[in-house]
Amino acid sequence: MSKPAENLPDFSVERVGSSARVVLRGAWTIAASRALERAAQNLSLAATGAENAEIDFAGVTRLDTAGAWLIDKARQHMAAAGIAAQFAGASPEKAILLKEAAYAPAALDKAPRENALMALLVGLGAWSVGMADQIVRGVAFLGELAFGALKVMVWPKAMRPTSMVFHLDSFALRAVPIIATINFLVGCIVAQQGIFQLARFGASTYAIDMVGVLVLRELGVLLTAIMVAGRSGSAITAELGSMKMREEVDALRVMGISPMEALVLPRMVALVVALPLLTVIGDMAALFGGMVTSYLYNGVSPQVFAERLQQAIGMNTYLVGLIKAPFMALVIGMIAAIEGFRVEGSAESLGRRVTASVVNSIFMVIFLDGLFAIFFASISY
Amino acid sequence: MTEAEPIISVRGLEVGFGARKILKGLDLDVAPGEVLGFVGGSGQGKSVLTRAILGLNAKQAGVIEVFGEDIDKMAPASHRALERRWGVMFQGGALFSSLTVKQNIQAPMREYLKLSQKLMDELAGLKLKLVGLPPDAADKFPSQLSGGMVKRAALARALALDPELLFLDEPTSGLDPIGAADFDDLIATLRKTLGLTVFMVTHDLDSLYSICDTIAALADGKVIAHGPLEAMLASDHPWLRAYFHGKRARAIRSPNEMAPA
Ligand SMILES: Nc1ncnc2c1ncn2[C@@H]1O[C@H](COP(=O)(O)OP(=O)(O)O)[C@@H](O)[C@H]1O
Ligand SMILES: [Mg+2]
Repeated sequence: MSKPAENLPDFSVERVGSSARVVLRGAWTIAASRALERAAQNLSLAATGAENAEIDFAGVTRLDTAGAWLIDKARQHMAAAGIAAQFAGASPEKAILLKEAAYAPAALDKAPRENALMALLVGLGAWSVGMADQIVRGVAFLGELAFGALKVMVWPKAMRPTSMVFHLDSFALRAVPIIATINFLVGCIVAQQGIFQLARFGASTYAIDMVGVLVLRELGVLLTAIMVAGRSGSAITAELGSMKMREEVDALRVMGISPMEALVLPRMVALVVALPLLTVIGDMAALFGGMVTSYLYNGVSPQVFAERLQQAIGMNTYLVGLIKAPFMALVIGMIAAIEGFRVEGSAESLGRRVTASVVNSIFMVIFLDGLFAIFFASISY
Repeated sequence: MTEAEPIISVRGLEVGFGARKILKGLDLDVAPGEVLGFVGGSGQGKSVLTRAILGLNAKQAGVIEVFGEDIDKMAPASHRALERRWGVMFQGGALFSSLTVKQNIQAPMREYLKLSQKLMDELAGLKLKLVGLPPDAADKFPSQLSGGMVKRAALARALALDPELLFLDEPTSGLDPIGAADFDDLIATLRKTLGLTVFMVTHDLDSLYSICDTIAALADGKVIAHGPLEAMLASDHPWLRAYFHGKRARAIRSPNEMAPA
């Protein structure tokens, strides 16, 4: 909304001897934006040199708190410069407003200037403390979780089957289509690359061995775990985080319900059950992808593919992959829950925690997979 | 007062969720410079009406005019112009959780005005002082405030642009009596000095007695009574009788209203 020019805040100065009369005009409201700021700045210097000044409000069409405050600030500015300034011609309403919105010099809290080295050291210190804190939190969390799990085992009544089934439905059943699809595609890609690359050595039939071993030992479980971290880990963090934000977690606590048992354990159990199941589905989908690709590119019939696969892999190949799944689920669930409980009051902090949850759990999943690879290699399983 | 064109005019407003109608042909006028206290039982649709006037809830039927313009037929530019002329304080405060109190107050200033950062800081300080928050609240985040402080900060944000029309949804609930009285004083002062029009949903009988010019009561999706306090007290509508003559009301009813024992 553009204000007509004559409505902008303005003033004129009449000087008689050592006294000045400052006549204000127009609308001194915040709607004038910059014009108001500028007028107020000029106003504080308007009576320079005079001994006393009178600020006349008769011509002011509108006044709001911002305007009143700025005019009062200018008056105090004059007073500080040794000019006895006072208001005149203000209607009772304006007088009240001037009193309500009286200028008080803000006790400006100057941020102490810090030097770069100090800032660096402080940052480093804070980071180290944060890391240590995170480790302590992780251990404490694990302890609390183990305690909750033990309690449930000893006293199965503490279990929350409804919640568990609900989460199993959302973490496992609803994830089936996407998990099957991506694993199928990766199976296709691995088989296709295997066929092309190995053909140079005349060994393209070994592509089937490659698909079988690679998918069952590594890719199936890894892809599934990464997908679950992105899908369910983020959901857990967001749910727990927003519950924490709205004091729902505290509400549970004061009812004597442990958030660990009520919120975390069911999700954790659901994850630990869901990930192996999804891994099985993912493995099957990837092998199916490999089979389809082998048929399309090499004309390998499904029977031949199955026979070949049977020779290439053993039960152990399959188990190596599957055994990792519950551990990965544990890691995903733990990171998601810890990050969820670290959410503070703001929406921004929720976003940050969800990001951290997904990034950290994917990293940990891959790291864990590496550890397992070393472990299985050393026991030659 | 009733001569002037109303600032808010609602005609035949119907709002519902699914099959359930909350407002069933509601009519309401708010005159310029008036403080309207809007009362009604919990869940009757006071917040829904407020949100409908603000254009946040879709309506099924009816016409809403604000500052004499139909909000449905408004061009986006004039809608924006309208939005800077009103200030809104939501029932739950609705402060931006990732901004400090000061930044919350400055958010509308930043959006609509070109002011130097220094002036915005100073004006935020002024608003804080007006609503009775200590200066050190400026750099706190909403999650670090008490419930009453959230209300005050939300009011400070609603007042950031010195609006002509103020919507308040249960502003004094959650404030201590002293804070609520200060709040009433502030609204009264702003009304007197700025000619502010206030649409206030409230259950605070003190506010109704001390600062509201007119009171409108909502029941069954309609305004069942609209008028000055005296008219409300005199009404024999059962709900109004229960509201203004109930146990809670007795203690603060003005002495001349007390029936002879
Ligand atoms: N988004 C929504 N969806 C469905 N029902 C709603 C919604 N918002 C409000 N309601 C219903 O509308 C009614 C009025 O709500 P509200 O206006 O908040 O009540 P109050 O008068 O206490 O402010 C309530 O019964 C509430 O359940
Ligand atoms: Mg409400």
